[in-house]
Amino acid sequence: MTARSRAPFYVFVFLLIAAGISIATWRHLELGIPWMTGEQRPVWMIEARVDFDALGDAAEVSLHIPEQPPGFRILTEQAASPGYGFSILESPRSRRAEWTKREVSGPQTLYFKAQFVPDEDVTEQTPVRTPRPQAVFWEEPQATAVRELLDQAMERSSSPESMTRELIRLMQPDTRTQNTTLLVSEDNYLQLMVRMLNHAGIAARTADALKLEDARRRQQLVPFLQIYNGERWLTFDPRTGEQGVPESLLLWRQGSESLLDVLGGDNSQVSFSMLRQTVPALQLATLEANQNGLGVLGFYQLPIEEQSMFRMLLLLPLGALIVAFMRIVIGIRTSGTFMPVLIAVAFVQTTLVPGLIAFLSVVAIGLVLRGYLSSLNLLLVSRISALIILVIFITAGLSIIGYQMGFNTGMTVTFFPMVIIAWTIERMSILWEEEGAREVLVQGSGSLFVAICAYLVMSLPLAGHLTFNFPELHLVILGLILLMGQYTGYKLSELRRFTPMKAYD
Amino acid sequence: MGGWISPRRLTRLGMLNMNRRNVDYIARYNERSSYPLVDNKLKTKLAVSEYGVKTPKLIQVVRQQHEISHFREMAEDLDGFAIKPAKGSGGKGITVITGRDGDDFVKASGAHISVAMLERHLTNILAGLYSLAGTPDVAIVEDLVQSSPALAKYSYQGVPDIRIIIFQGYPVMAMLRLATKASDGKANLHQGAVGVGLDIGKGQSLNAVQFNRPITLHPDTGLALENIRIDDWENMLEMAARCYEATDLGYMGVDLVVDAHQGPLLLELNARPGLAIQMANGCGLLPRLKNIEALKRPHFSPRERVHYAMETFGKL
Repeated sequence: MTARSRAPFYVFVFLLIAAGISIATWRHLELGIPWMTGEQRPVWMIEARVDFDALGDAAEVSLHIPEQPPGFRILTEQAASPGYGFSILESPRSRRAEWTKREVSGPQTLYFKAQFVPDEDVTEQTPVRTPRPQAVFWEEPQATAVRELLDQAMERSSSPESMTRELIRLMQPDTRTQNTTLLVSEDNYLQLMVRMLNHAGIAARTADALKLEDARRRQQLVPFLQIYNGERWLTFDPRTGEQGVPESLLLWRQGSESLLDVLGGDNSQVSFSMLRQTVPALQLATLEANQNGLGVLGFYQLPIEEQSMFRMLLLLPLGALIVAFMRIVIGIRTSGTFMPVLIAVAFVQTTLVPGLIAFLSVVAIGLVLRGYLSSLNLLLVSRISALIILVIFITAGLSIIGYQMGFNTGMTVTFFPMVIIAWTIERMSILWEEEGAREVLVQGSGSLFVAICAYLVMSLPLAGHLTFNFPELHLVILGLILLMGQYTGYKLSELRRFTPMKAYD
Repeated sequence: MGGWISPRRLTRLGMLNMNRRNVDYIARYNERSSYPLVDNKLKTKLAVSEYGVKTPKLIQVVRQQHEISHFREMAEDLDGFAIKPAKGSGGKGITVITGRDGDDFVKASGAHISVAMLERHLTNILAGLYSLAGTPDVAIVEDLVQSSPALAKYSYQGVPDIRIIIFQGYPVMAMLRLATKASDGKANLHQGAVGVGLDIGKGQSLNAVQFNRPITLHPDTGLALENIRIDDWENMLEMAARCYEATDLGYMGVDLVVDAHQGPLLLELNARPGLAIQMANGCGLLPRLKNIEALKRPHFSPRERVHYAMETFGKL
């Protein structure tokens, strides 16, 4: 048999590891699952409050709510409004929250709450139909003023954006000319801008935005100007001419839809309060994963009971990795290849010290009883079976005694895998008879040492977090184990074992 | 001699380590399908007999629990015999009876053992207590090896045996294993037996180790271990080399004993021979294994291979 080339193997292992890391990174970026435990994310809780005086008849209140504001994702939405029927109506042009009630009178207050997660990746949806500038008719003398202003702005600009900026600048009080003063009055400024831009052949509209500041109440929406540049809507601050949506700005309403419609009431107004909250990034990720269907790739949709079972199961590969490392690279002898992992899993549930005490006492008592069993001259299978039953008796006894003495930890013995313990006792006992107590001590302490190492790693919060939330990282573990399977170097223990060879060097 | 040795020095010495043995030699040169042949002493006996390799005479095979009663009848007329589990490894479960004392049998250690105890031992063997994976096993009863006095005097009880590593049919390294009090009459190095490295060229002793530490005298018999010389060395090597044809195992350990009347006998084959032989020889296996691997035209007959090995690996 010839030595096969190992290149395909290394490529395969590399692919495994690369796949594991890249899927994990992708999930981190896409779903926002944090690498670390306890990571926090800011979330804006915004509450819209609608007040109106009901006229004593049926009332219908319809509030525009954002669908996909640039720079934010909507996490949750809910309405608080006792006695009202509530629904969210989606139409291609807008989303509206609608409250209805048959008979209502007096002052009314309705609440709509939504949580927004800042997310730079969310951008404006491109409109389905290309917006066209509307035809605008002016009467003299405004028509002349508008024409002159537009000509002035047009002269100094090259694109719809610069045209808009220039126009805003021209309309500012400090640069106002006679023409502008003629056009502008206090309350029609924004409408005037929209009309002028449309007149100039640029589709324009207004938008209402909310300035996000922590713990503000009774805030009003601030109007903004939007123009369509042929690809998407651009937002301008009509007061400064600044382009773009700052981070702290939430566009609540875009387009020509009305913000609030109230039927059967008057004196209606809407105000906003906001609060900056922090939520665990993981909770955020699971919540969103469940909403957008990407949760299929994780365990979040499983029932909680199964989830906690998987939490345990997914730790096992880590234990296997440690056993492989300890045996292949360090060279620690253990009794039974993966017995240490199972013991470590039990330790995770019992915690270390009570687990150690319980394990050692079960094995010690078991060894004594095994001594008696061996004098009975039994067949192997029935001896092991008897041992399993004895081990169960011992654990039950320890639990009861521990409980009566007031130690709840005594109960945790039940987490130990009975069959594995029975086999451990059997092996130890045979080892004792054949190789002496020293070998039992070497292998026993080796197993315990590996088990404790595995326990220490498996009980790290980060280990549990990564293995459960990034199951694809197990591909990396698999790759590492495969690599270790090819390790042909000296074990650490061999460096000691072969020391006498110094004499022959 | 405590302390550590650097991996660089070990590499320079050509020491084969466990991981490398497993990956580069056992996994590569030993076909899985050949394992049962060496893991089962009964099959080994049959396989090697066709190639002219002698083994201790088979007296009885106990396959079933009810056959144990026949053992009592058979054992009536015997003075010495050895009971072995067919699938045992590392000398586990081997009981050697050297004589009788009334109804009791006398073990090699001098301890007395009753027939009932022996029958229990047989039961344990059949249940698979000593077999590699705990699978049901058969017990074989063999003729007692009468160790040749020239070698037997070095060993404390037990029969001294000779371990030869055969790589692709070439004997690459050999050692003599002597039982001690610490090893309870067994010739297992990790239990405390003495390993004496043997020069492949002449069968002459090189170094001796016990518990991985160099020694010059046998701890129990007090005899100097320097000038042991194995008789009929070339034939022994050839016999070991023939096991390659019989089993097709590229990398194995062949355990031979020298019987006073019958000459060299094969005790057992081992598909996973240990590494301590390197310490007994005071040199690493790797250079020799690489030498064989680099051969462009391997020799065909066992005799040619033995000659090549004796010339190439001999010390003088």
